[in-house]
Amino acid sequence: MLRLSFKDVSRFFPPVRGRTGSEGVLAVEGVSIDIEDGEVVALIGPSGCGKSTLLNLASGLDRPSKGEIFVDGEPVSGPNEHVAFMLQKDLLLPWRTIRRNVEFGQEIRRMDAAQREERAQKFLHRYHLDGFANHYPHELSGGMRQRAALARTMMMDPDVLLLDEPFSALDAQTKMVLQQDLAQTVAEEGKTAFLITHDLVEALALSDRVLVMSRRPGRIIEEIPVDIPGRAEPMKRRQHEKIGPMTARLMSLLDIGKVEQTV
Amino acid sequence: MAPDGQLAVTPDRTPAESAWQSLASAVQRREVWLSALALVVFVAGWEWGPPLLGIAPYNIPRLSAVFEEGIHMWVNGDLLRHTLITCFEVIVGFGLGCLMGAVMGYVLGMSRLMEVVASPYILALQIAPKVAFAPLFVMWFGYNITPRILTAILIVFFPVLINVLTAVRSVDPSMIDLARLFKATRAQIFWKIEFPWSLPALFSGLRIGATLAVIGVTVAELVGGSVGLGAELAKAEGGANTAGVFVTIILLTVIGILAYVLVILAERAVLRYAPQRPDGEIAA
Repeated sequence: MLRLSFKDVSRFFPPVRGRTGSEGVLAVEGVSIDIEDGEVVALIGPSGCGKSTLLNLASGLDRPSKGEIFVDGEPVSGPNEHVAFMLQKDLLLPWRTIRRNVEFGQEIRRMDAAQREERAQKFLHRYHLDGFANHYPHELSGGMRQRAALARTMMMDPDVLLLDEPFSALDAQTKMVLQQDLAQTVAEEGKTAFLITHDLVEALALSDRVLVMSRRPGRIIEEIPVDIPGRAEPMKRRQHEKIGPMTARLMSLLDIGKVEQTV
Repeated sequence: MAPDGQLAVTPDRTPAESAWQSLASAVQRREVWLSALALVVFVAGWEWGPPLLGIAPYNIPRLSAVFEEGIHMWVNGDLLRHTLITCFEVIVGFGLGCLMGAVMGYVLGMSRLMEVVASPYILALQIAPKVAFAPLFVMWFGYNITPRILTAILIVFFPVLINVLTAVRSVDPSMIDLARLFKATRAQIFWKIEFPWSLPALFSGLRIGATLAVIGVTVAELVGGSVGLGAELAKAEGGANTAGVFVTIILLTVIGILAYVLVILAERAVLRYAPQRPDGEIAA
């Protein structure tokens, strides 16, 4: 069963009125992606190639100029219960305690307060945040804050997780711990995930397939299956012998290391 | 940091303990003693300075003379009643001015169109010296407390409005997207994101407003009327009672300080979540 599907999707951002020299941007062009139930697909590509645009489209926050997107077979016409989003920024609300931040989505959806709190406790426990329920975000480290953001996302029980560089602001060690947490949750609950990342090893360690996007306008130029066992154990998986050669292949696809490439 | 297990959190102390500790450490600090010394110098300077320097009492009366005049005005002149009237005007003017400024700030902040239409007038009124309206209000409403309250409202209105407007405009758009992803309604976005986001800015507007309210009320009282500290000040001036002028200035200052402190206490109570600097000031 297809969980998330892009059908020939393009997104053109029209020129900003009143701003001279603004010509509009074709961010992505003719993108088709099918993601099966329980699959984890990573998307890599150069900066500004429209990766985040694709996630915004899938979340329903933005609409495609052409083509259509389906989640669980339904066309996406706006934000919906099937998908949840997690960004590089944790977006914790500074005036709410961690528990109330984790509850935020269900509070918006008007889940009963007692049920909400009980559920939040469960997720705080799962992401090792017991004891921090009543702390404010600024009292926590970056890794813990991102974990709270993950708890808030999982609290919504989405079918599809949209992850936009969720760990890129973290230090290397914290990142690995959180990748492990995420991979285990995804595996245990059979979630479907669409992960955008700049980190090639992260893409390989966490996913079943890696899609490579071209420079703007973004198109899918390559699809690489990750035939390495142990997707639920990224810490082990990233040490696998195939990771090195596969990373090299991704680098060449992205033109990383070529002289004319300016970042 | 170790793999995300270490905490950057200090153990909780009860408020009483931490208050006591900060008091104890304050007493040990040198600046406290220096401040006390400065106070003594100031008081002594005011008491003995004028006669030593040959300044006439009708220019600068001695501190003790000001104090005696204060007691005299309290006993014979209804000073308490005038003070309370001024306080009342400050509270009502400040309260209404803040409320109107805040509501207007949120409305303009959420509607581009309203802001575009209203902003030239707001700008003009913001530049106009608000206290200059006090005589106009007296002409309209007579020698009563209405012109004082109106002047206070007018002077408090703008800093609150501008602060709220700027804050609503500066909300992190991804926080709004977050709420939209959960299918928040417009009202939920306002009450759960925009409003709490704007609170620190609202409070800095209130701080400014608290002292401005006293200025507005004082000017309107000076313009006309027979009750309130400003009217007492004008009366003392008319009678060449310099000590009386000082008494009213001191009381007006005290009212301003009280208003400011009350706003800060309210701010601390409401913005408990904000990181606090070691001196207890809420970080901006």
